[in-house]
Amino acid sequence: MDSDLVAELIDRATRLITEHAEELTALDRAIGDGDHGINMKRGFEAVREDAERLARLDLGGALQQAGMILVRTVGGASGPLYGSLLMGMGRAAGEGAPPPALLAAGIEMVKRRGKADRGCKTMLDVLIPVQETLAQASEGPRPELLRRLRETADRALEETRDMLATRGRASFLGERSRGHLDPGAASSRLLVHAVCDVLEAVA
Amino acid sequence: MSGIVGIVIVSHSPKVAEGAAEMARQMVGDLVPLAHCGGDPTGGLGTDPERIRRAIDAVWSEAGVAVFVDLGGAEMNAEMAIEMLEEARRGRVRICNAPLVEGAVVAAAEASSGSDLDAVCRVAEDFNP
Repeated sequence: MDSDLVAELIDRATRLITEHAEELTALDRAIGDGDHGINMKRGFEAVREDAERLARLDLGGALQQAGMILVRTVGGASGPLYGSLLMGMGRAAGEGAPPPALLAAGIEMVKRRGKADRGCKTMLDVLIPVQETLAQASEGPRPELLRRLRETADRALEETRDMLATRGRASFLGERSRGHLDPGAASSRLLVHAVCDVLEAVA
Repeated sequence: MSGIVGIVIVSHSPKVAEGAAEMARQMVGDLVPLAHCGGDPTGGLGTDPERIRRAIDAVWSEAGVAVFVDLGGAEMNAEMAIEMLEEARRGRVRICNAPLVEGAVVAAAEASSGSDLDAVCRVAEDFNP
C-alpha cells in the first residue's frame, strides 16, 4: 500500500513541478532570483530517479529520504525549506501521526528553518491554511475534503499577491513585492494538488 | 581551546567566495585554516550543503569554525551542513551574523592571533566599516 502510494506521489509531484517549472521561474524572476522553477525541477527529478528505492520504504522513511535528496540537489533556499518540510513530515509519519499532525510537524520545521511565519509571503501562506483545512475536515468524506484542500491552496496562493514580503529575496524589494504571487507559495500549491490528485485516484 | 579557529566562506557565487577567501588570505597567509565554497550542485549560482560540510571538515580543529554566508539560502544550507556534522562538532561551528567579505577578513585576522571562536565571531559581528 505504502509503496504504490509513495511511487505515485513522487511521480505526480515531479510531473506537476516539471510542467510548471517555467511558470515558477517567471514568478521568481519578478520578485526573487529567478531560479525557483529550475531548482525545484532538478530536485524533484532527483527524487524521481530514486523512486524505486524510496517506494520500498515506509511513508515516513520515504519522506525523510526524499527531503534529504531535495536538500542535496535543489541548491536554492527552497532546498533546505522543502527538505525540512518533508523531513519533519517523515519523522511525524514514523511516529504514527495522523495527516493533519504530520503536515503540522513539517510546517514547524519550515518555520524554524526559514525563521518565518504566516503572512511573510512565503510557502507557509499556502501550507498553513491547507493544514487548517485538513485538521477541520479530515473526518469528512474524502472527495469533499480533497475539493476543499485544493480550493484552500488556490485561494491561499492568490492571497499572497497583495502581501508585502518580509522574508527571502523578495523582501529586498519592499513595497514592490506587492502585486506578485509568491513563487514558493505557488510550488506549495502545486504539491498540494499533486497529493490530492493521487489520493483522489486511490479513493 | 588550542589551535586556530577555521574560517569558511560561503557565497551563492563561486567567484565571490574565491575572491573573499583571497582577501582574507592576503591578511593571514597560511596561518589560518580557510576554505570557501560557492555555487549550487550544478555549478550555477546557489549553495550546496554537502560542499559546505566538506569545507567545514577541511578547516576543522577543536578550536572551532566560523562560517560566513551571503544571502538567505546560504545561511539555511550552512545550517543544514552543520546539522550533518557529528554531534560533538556541531557546537563548535558557528554562522556569524556579519557581512561576508568584511566579516571573513576581520575574523581571519582575529583568528590568526590565536583568539577563541567567541572572540573571532564577536569581532566580525561588531565590525563597523
